[in-house]
Amino acid sequence: MTAYLTRRALQALIVLFFVSLIVFLLLHLLPGGPARASLGVRANPASIKAFNDEYGLNQPLPIQYVVWISQVLRGNLGFSYKLNQSVDSLLAENIPRTLVLTGSATVIAIGIAVPLGLIQAVRRNSAVDYAVTGFAFIFYSMPSFFLGLVLIIVFSDVFPIFPSTGPTATASLLTQLPNLVLPVATLTLITVALFSRYMRSASLDNLAEDYVRTARAKGGSTLRVLFRHVLRNALLPVITLVGLSLPGILSGALIVESLFNYPGMGLLFWNAAQTEDFPVMLGTSLVVGLGVVLGSLLADVLYGIVDPRVRYQ
Amino acid sequence: MILNEQPSGHGSVSVSELEIIADDSGVRSTSLAKAILIVFRQNRLALAGLVIVVGFLLFCFVGPLFYHTNQIATNIAIANQPPSGQHLLGTDSTGYDELGRLMAGGQITLFVALAVAVLATSIGMLWGCVAGLSRPGVDNLMMRIVDAALAIPGIFLLIFLNSILHPSVFVLIFVITALAWLVPSRLVRAEVLSLRERPFVEASRAQGAAGARIVIKHLIPNVFGTVVVNATFQVADAVLTVAALSFLGLGIPPPAANWGSMLANGVSYMFAGYWWQIWPAGICIVAVVVGFNFIGEGLRDTIDVRLRAASSH
Repeated sequence: MTAYLTRRALQALIVLFFVSLIVFLLLHLLPGGPARASLGVRANPASIKAFNDEYGLNQPLPIQYVVWISQVLRGNLGFSYKLNQSVDSLLAENIPRTLVLTGSATVIAIGIAVPLGLIQAVRRNSAVDYAVTGFAFIFYSMPSFFLGLVLIIVFSDVFPIFPSTGPTATASLLTQLPNLVLPVATLTLITVALFSRYMRSASLDNLAEDYVRTARAKGGSTLRVLFRHVLRNALLPVITLVGLSLPGILSGALIVESLFNYPGMGLLFWNAAQTEDFPVMLGTSLVVGLGVVLGSLLADVLYGIVDPRVRYQ
Repeated sequence: MILNEQPSGHGSVSVSELEIIADDSGVRSTSLAKAILIVFRQNRLALAGLVIVVGFLLFCFVGPLFYHTNQIATNIAIANQPPSGQHLLGTDSTGYDELGRLMAGGQITLFVALAVAVLATSIGMLWGCVAGLSRPGVDNLMMRIVDAALAIPGIFLLIFLNSILHPSVFVLIFVITALAWLVPSRLVRAEVLSLRERPFVEASRAQGAAGARIVIKHLIPNVFGTVVVNATFQVADAVLTVAALSFLGLGIPPPAANWGSMLANGVSYMFAGYWWQIWPAGICIVAVVVGFNFIGEGLRDTIDVRLRAASSH
């Protein structure tokens, strides 16, 4: 287990290094480089040169990388001149709201997808199975913004139950629960579609295991076997599944946030793209990459803890 | 897409035909072509997908020959008209004919998506072959780069690149391909790792064949099945990506048309009841993506079974 953890952590560290390298190179891909990123599109050559001299941007790239990464490691992700605020404080404001959106959508999606997969596996090739597979297929093939639009049309236009815009940044999310419903519902449906096929095959695999036959042979009722044995084992791959799905969920969050004007990290990023606010875009990409790498590392570690088979390998 | 990596195992080819495909594995290219033919003859899902895709190709590329519309000049005088004999699906807020615009938008979408699928799977195939054949150190390095690029959710990098590069058709192909090759490279590497231990590759190496010869003569023909299946899913994903970028205002600027930007325009009039500006574009996206996913599922069912049958010999 220790060897596995060490290897896995080392791997994550190497991946993080490459993530930082990709973001660093993107920063230098910009016409005008980081100087233009900070000073804006209309910076003149003289001010760019002064900026480069001041911040050591005339140095060779490897040295610049070391300087940049030591700043990042100290938590300095740059400054947004467009919003007149440091990127760290912008992210600190917006990330919690994105976590509320993605977290609640993921939890609800697990709550739906796990029993759904189990029902599909038990009633394999029945009308229920085909119907669920069919719907999952359509949601899976549907762009998230179109799904969100359909929900807005149905639930705030045809039947005006929920507001069509997300919460505002000025008040606490808790006071604006109705505004959370449609964004969370959209992201939940996307996530259920991502999960459900996997859950179906995981439950199918479990149904064929020896322990199911043993439990049946000992006289366990169908419900008892399903809940005491199959469900608990089918929950294991959910950990890996969530770890693997993090990039997909975060991509979905970006689009949901920009559709509903939900003030999270994705909307921050999208607005930054509209105004060419590069420090914000790069800082956000770096933090998102960090989150995904650490998230999948955490998923693997957790899996090792709950599943003894991994530990003894 | 994460879930495309999980092979599902429902073969729908009869046993006798399976044996035929598995048996003439010496002639790989013909057996793959035969397998694909069998898929479309036997698998109703794949056939349905093919019908949808061919239907859309005809609609987008042949349709404009019969249904003439002006997709260059705007005409505010006929803006936001409901469907009529003259404009079968009405007009948008700048007076473009919606049906004609669906065709024009589809042309760009399908062209970009097909080009991305071909380029991305080719690059991914080469990267995966080289990584799989290299020393463990090099292999590890190459795959950690892939991990890192996959850790930053695609839409963030795509928005970033599009905001600096000012999209045209070719920029869009380049940008989407830059990220789309990652998943096929993983799939191909995994398969190369198992192929390179097989007797026919070892025999070839024992005879002194160089790495390039092994890749071209032995590996590419053998991973082609996996690659073809993945390419189909790549087209579906690329359609979604093009639509999402256009919806977010980072696609090819007007007068170029796109289903995603048509939807974005429709959103402005959502509560005015201009349904013809929302539903047709949304349904086109879903239908095309479903079509390609159907073909991919069907191909995978058959080709996966064939690979398994071939490797058990």
